[in-house]
Amino acid sequence: MSDMTDETNGNGHEAAALSAENAQVIQLTRKDFVSDQEVRWCPGCGDYSILAQTQKVMPDFGYPKENIVFISGIGCSGRLPYYMNTYGFHTIHGRAPTLATGLKAARPDLMVWVITGDGDALSIGGNHVLHSMRRNVDIKLVMFNNRIYGLTKGQASPTSEFGKRTKSTPLGSVDTPIMPLTVALAAEASFVARSVDTHTDHLQATLNRAGYHHGSAFVEVLQNCNIFNDGAWRDFTDRDVREDRMLVLEHGKPMIFGKDRDKGIRLRGLHPEVVQLGVDGVTEADLLVHDEQAPEPYLALVLSRMFWPEFPVPVGVLRAVSRPTHDQLIEEQIASATATAGQGDLEKALLSGETWTVD
Amino acid sequence: MTTETRAAEPTIRDLDRVTIRFAGDSGDGMQLTGTQFTRTAAVFGNDISTLPDFPAEIRAPAGSLPGVSGFQISFSSADIHTPGDQPDVLVAMNPAALKTNVMDLPAGGALIVNSDAFTQQNLNKAAYASNPLTDGSLKAYSVFEIPISTLNARALEGLGMTAKQVDLTKNFFALGLMFWLYERSMEPTLRWIDDKFGKRPEIAEGNKRALKAGYAFGETTEIFHTHYRVAPAKLPPGTYRNITGNEATALGFLTASKLAHRQLFYGSYPITPASDILHQLSGYKNFGVKTFQAEDEIAAIGAAIGASYGGALGLTASSGPGIALKSEALGLAIMVELPLVVVDVQRAGPSTGMPTKNEQADLLQVMFGRNSDSPVPIVAPATPAECFDYAIEAWRLALKYVTPVVYLSDAFLATGAEPWHVPSLAELPDIGVENWKDKATFQPYDRDPETLARKWAVPGTPGLEHRIGGLEKADITGNVSYDPDNHHRMQMLRQDKVAGIAKDIPELAVYGPERGDLLILGWGSTYGAIRSAVERLQADGRGVAHAHVRHLNPFPRNIETVLRSYRRVLIPEVNLGQLSMLIRARYLIDAVGYNRVRGKPFRIAEIEAEAVRLLNE
Repeated sequence: MSDMTDETNGNGHEAAALSAENAQVIQLTRKDFVSDQEVRWCPGCGDYSILAQTQKVMPDFGYPKENIVFISGIGCSGRLPYYMNTYGFHTIHGRAPTLATGLKAARPDLMVWVITGDGDALSIGGNHVLHSMRRNVDIKLVMFNNRIYGLTKGQASPTSEFGKRTKSTPLGSVDTPIMPLTVALAAEASFVARSVDTHTDHLQATLNRAGYHHGSAFVEVLQNCNIFNDGAWRDFTDRDVREDRMLVLEHGKPMIFGKDRDKGIRLRGLHPEVVQLGVDGVTEADLLVHDEQAPEPYLALVLSRMFWPEFPVPVGVLRAVSRPTHDQLIEEQIASATATAGQGDLEKALLSGETWTVD
Repeated sequence: MTTETRAAEPTIRDLDRVTIRFAGDSGDGMQLTGTQFTRTAAVFGNDISTLPDFPAEIRAPAGSLPGVSGFQISFSSADIHTPGDQPDVLVAMNPAALKTNVMDLPAGGALIVNSDAFTQQNLNKAAYASNPLTDGSLKAYSVFEIPISTLNARALEGLGMTAKQVDLTKNFFALGLMFWLYERSMEPTLRWIDDKFGKRPEIAEGNKRALKAGYAFGETTEIFHTHYRVAPAKLPPGTYRNITGNEATALGFLTASKLAHRQLFYGSYPITPASDILHQLSGYKNFGVKTFQAEDEIAAIGAAIGASYGGALGLTASSGPGIALKSEALGLAIMVELPLVVVDVQRAGPSTGMPTKNEQADLLQVMFGRNSDSPVPIVAPATPAECFDYAIEAWRLALKYVTPVVYLSDAFLATGAEPWHVPSLAELPDIGVENWKDKATFQPYDRDPETLARKWAVPGTPGLEHRIGGLEKADITGNVSYDPDNHHRMQMLRQDKVAGIAKDIPELAVYGPERGDLLILGWGSTYGAIRSAVERLQADGRGVAHAHVRHLNPFPRNIETVLRSYRRVLIPEVNLGQLSMLIRARYLIDAVGYNRVRGKPFRIAEIEAEAVRLLNE
């Protein structure tokens, strides 16, 4: 405890003791996380499912709900905190990671989620996503990617396809889309994953992994905006094609996909390729084996660039590595400065430098 | 020069006040020289006031006109308020420094030049067609040509330092000479050299020799036949130290954290002239202070708001361009009604402007520079030492009224220094507030009937889970609301909350007659020049008073009565009339502005002249 934190933890309240063991002590259910606010997304929006899965996994982590904070930016995703019966802060466009960074630094005891969208996170807030990831701020950032600006009624977003015709790009977008997972990896995020709004079990499992990750977690959720960009991901997420067109990543397992589990991913030089098992002598042993914990993110970067129709779309955890978090490092510096220089003495600080006395 | 014989003892003359300006290339160490003289004068007990004046370029081309760096210090046996209109002594280390500063030296003033630097090459760089030392253009001054570089190099012979290292110490030769001329002890600087260069003994020795050589030169040569004494000032009893505005600001926030029993979180992006606050606060980790160098100005304020949301003292600082970037987030803090302090160390603009030069032109920016009606309390210290008090005052208001507060400093306050009467901690107020904890009575936008502060609950408080955000809130419940009457009510509540602070701040004090011909109203760093001008006018028997506003929003509750007690009101500002506009608009008082934006503080004489002009109208 430092000089500034005499009676309390320096924030005006006593911190709750938190640990993984609390999971056994605090018995919460999904219902505990449903707020009294009426949900106001368009009927059929993918956000409903993301909200439901988020509420479902919340009891897993053992945090009392008063110690969980949801922070959002602007866009349809920004509404989510209103529907969570936790502390919530609906901030301004693109800036949610900055508030989360300050909150987590001041209050390491809290579990902090950032809810954002493709425009919020990758256009106006791109800089903050980069820096919160490279600092390994212990936040779980969930980015709803619908490849469109929904709340402003249908303009191109940074993930919209090249040539996409929208209200703001009647002749087609001339901007090359950004690859969200590649960006997260380049920004040194320690946890990078992807899931799909309608794949509820997979989404729950992915959010659960993110929640348990200690450090910056970047989760892209492919989400359908049924009003302004309906079917954006349909070509590979629909029930009847998903197994052939998506690659479910599992740590330590070879990269096999397909309804009949007969296709795989092999590396040729620096490039991945789709191969048919049993054809031209290809066996499981030839396939890439997923390693989310690889010290360098080469494999994750390869996966982050794979997309339909050239490749099956990888979902699951691309990368999960451990390194000290931003708030930990700040606390360690305070502890070491206090050990070296002693607890700060304000009287001495005021009288630092040369003083003289007038009688 | 002088024809006195070597045998003659130098005369000593007593002076009330002396103003020295050190000017040289930005690589010549003029800021360090000035700072050392300042510390020495302060520890001796003089009242002091300083004006560092340096280019934004870290190292402009050596010897060039834009590369000149200056430091003016005024020290006195009496209470002084400004670094002096004009120097009594100008130390010019090269032709460029002479050219850019000599016009401020009054006729008869002492001019000490490093004659070694007056080479043809340097004269060319300073665009001198002929050598001013020989062409008679300096005949109005007492010129002392001293081959400082040569003398200094000779003193350092045998130390094994490179020519470049030796040259870097010549500023201490000049400093030693000034110490002799004004009977100052070399001890504080010698101690400083040991502290600074303890690990490099040859560099320490070189600097010490340079200092002592300069002192000895003054003592043994006959060129100065007089040296001077400025007695200690009669300041109120107490313990003093020398302090700049930025130092006092940082210490004030550190102290506010103690007085509020909350951790201090400082989010900041480097910007001149505010960066020193970050440097200083980052040295207070053993106090539990958390500093965060953000990726940009927006992230800096965002993180500060996040920390405040968590119950810490969320603080951010910048200068005008950075404040522009923070505006949207400041609006969010107003909407969600969280305590936050935003420091604006103003500089000359618009845009990048003149980053190291002074201006006080962000008043309307912080008052109105956001979308919609978005009131925010504004405080503005008047002197470097006062920065300490107003850092605490900003937090007192932010916590009590659960509101962001803007704290306006400027480049002159930030880098200028004066003696500070160090307060004892026991005499400072407790500014702590409790967070809301009671579930039965909690509604996030329910308010204290007296202060209109909303009930502030922080994450981690069981049972008080709630949501806030930038969307309009329903009164009391804080739910999102588009109700027309609710929006009007909330706009009025936000306005009334800030306006109500007027009941909680001191009345505007007047220096001088309570009624009269002229009131000079000022704010911020113009304090010293205005006060000195008013002292002179009063000494001449003029009915002139001075009032200085420290709370700019809301204004002190008696301000209109004060303003109406004088025939004329003069508002000098280093902007084009911002306080004037507020006063004229709000009170329909025909205040007259005096507005000069030269990147420099006002001189006493110009305010005095303007006052006389008005009085004679």
